[in-house]
Amino acid sequence: MTLTVEALSVILGRTPVLQAVTGLRAAPGEVTALIGPNGAGKSTLLKAIAGLVRYHGEIHLETQDLAGLAHAERARRVYYLPQESTTRAALSVFEAVLLARRTTHPARGREDLERVERLLHTLALTPLAERDLGQLSGGQRQRVAIAQAIVREPQVLMLDEPTSALDLHHQLQVLAWLQATARDQSIGVIIAIHDLSLAARFADHLWMLGAGGRVCATGTPREVLNAARLREVYAIHAHVEWPANEPPRVTPLAALNPLGGVKL
Amino acid sequence: MFARGFSLHALPLPVMTASVAASSSSADRYLSRRRRHYALIAVTAVLTCLSLLADVAIGPGHYPLPAVVAAIVSPDSAPTTLAIVVWEIRLPVALMAVVVGLSLASAGAEMQTILNNPLADPFTLGVSAAASFGAALAIVLGVGLLPGGEALLTTLNAFVMAMLASLLIWLVSRLRGVSVQTMVLMGIALMFFFNALLGVLQYVASAQSLQQLVFWSLGSLSRTSWPKVGIACAALALTLPVFFIAGWRLTALRMGDLQARAMGIDVPRLRLLVLLCCSLLAATAVAFVGTIGFIGLVGPHIARLLVGEDQRVFLPLSALVGALLMSLTSIASKTLIPGVLLPIGILTALIGLPFFVSLIIKSRREVWG
Repeated sequence: MTLTVEALSVILGRTPVLQAVTGLRAAPGEVTALIGPNGAGKSTLLKAIAGLVRYHGEIHLETQDLAGLAHAERARRVYYLPQESTTRAALSVFEAVLLARRTTHPARGREDLERVERLLHTLALTPLAERDLGQLSGGQRQRVAIAQAIVREPQVLMLDEPTSALDLHHQLQVLAWLQATARDQSIGVIIAIHDLSLAARFADHLWMLGAGGRVCATGTPREVLNAARLREVYAIHAHVEWPANEPPRVTPLAALNPLGGVKL
Repeated sequence: MFARGFSLHALPLPVMTASVAASSSSADRYLSRRRRHYALIAVTAVLTCLSLLADVAIGPGHYPLPAVVAAIVSPDSAPTTLAIVVWEIRLPVALMAVVVGLSLASAGAEMQTILNNPLADPFTLGVSAAASFGAALAIVLGVGLLPGGEALLTTLNAFVMAMLASLLIWLVSRLRGVSVQTMVLMGIALMFFFNALLGVLQYVASAQSLQQLVFWSLGSLSRTSWPKVGIACAALALTLPVFFIAGWRLTALRMGDLQARAMGIDVPRLRLLVLLCCSLLAATAVAFVGTIGFIGLVGPHIARLLVGEDQRVFLPLSALVGALLMSLTSIASKTLIPGVLLPIGILTALIGLPFFVSLIIKSRREVWG
């Protein structure tokens, strides 16, 4: 189901964090990368879509206005995975993933267990299945959180910096897997991410937010990412390459100082 | 390495490595672990029943256990004295120990869960201090907060003040944006407030009422009666189903507030509901038997170290560990010094502490970051 966002504004306290964010669209089977500098409102946008912050505007899943859904039903369809999980709950990895399943689906006994087992295997978490969450590294915990998100089978899955604690190997694996999962399951995946090379490589579409919580650009990575726009939005000199047989590369070269000079 | 193939519905069969293939599947291991947990709960329940029987059998008048069991099962065919001793004196006390243990430990388990705080117990939010102040009003000044017989004055006052303190915390927590930390700080403030008021009453109290007050605050099962046992059971019957129905949501709450909300859980509402239930349990317990610390703190910790925090096993085991500890303490209070009934509140810590410390040392489980 296609998610659309129109005229979305969020005010936290007295600070406007998002201002009339409009024209955003995430189609099923596609990965959308949400990019932008710190404080642009990426997490707030995802939380608003999930109904976790108050907002003005319209968020639709196909024709359904999400504001008209009960919170539990909305969370079943649109799941937000927070930026970091610091829980040290005395739950095993298996229990934690099963728990996520049970919060959306009625218990189906052995079928649930086998589903969790397959997912843990796919995410290379089987050796950790009986380990407590408190005994995991940050990256392992992040993969468990992703397993918890996937096992709920949402229609739209939003992940806030899902690779921030992962090593390079797992970054590539997790993003490739999310891309394939989006296609196979026909779910819309929205990923807030800082690494523009990864965003360009794995996303079908980009949403770029800028200072003041406004949409700067939307479109395919080729349409959105160019040196001039990165200079405008991120205040950096950057080199953007689209090699024929290699993944795209966005190389930040230097940060601009506030007066417009070059600061190494 | 990730396995190839990505569909959740048709994920390929795991390509097991030799080490994984040699052992059972993770689902089987989960089931086996779950069975161990249920067995542990059953064993604790049996031990609690045995301890309950021993508690009834042990006392100043020595009766053999079979005779006591016969008197419980068939009081009409038992000798009159034994039937009276068992049914009018010992059984209510022994049952109250179990019921209070169940109440305090289950309330402690849920308070630790909703406040995300390992030091939380049923009395964290000032309930016991408020109850003590209520009792002091009755004992020192003879003031009753509710109309009732003189015999029930202390109990009613303690209950009313405990519920008032809970109500205050509940009202504060309904304000938007109030965090768990704020609730805990409010509870600490209330505790100091009621302790100060209690101090004033102690200062003006006569020597006799001061002694009564100290004895009350130490906690005792000796004031038990069947109606009190019935009321304490009713409080449990009202609250435990709520805890069990909310089990999955409470387990999810341990993933953190944000993730729990993202999972579709109405966290503020769940927290308030559970807080009210815990308050009812704590207020009932403290009104009938006085302040009994440690059980509500340590019962859940022991259960967590043994079975983790899946509420389906964590809650029943917490409650049963609390009941067992209270029952054993009740026995100890009668037997440590022959002929003397020690206040149970003093002994709960002494009985539970060695077990608790040994578990902490043995366990490598790190739960609270």
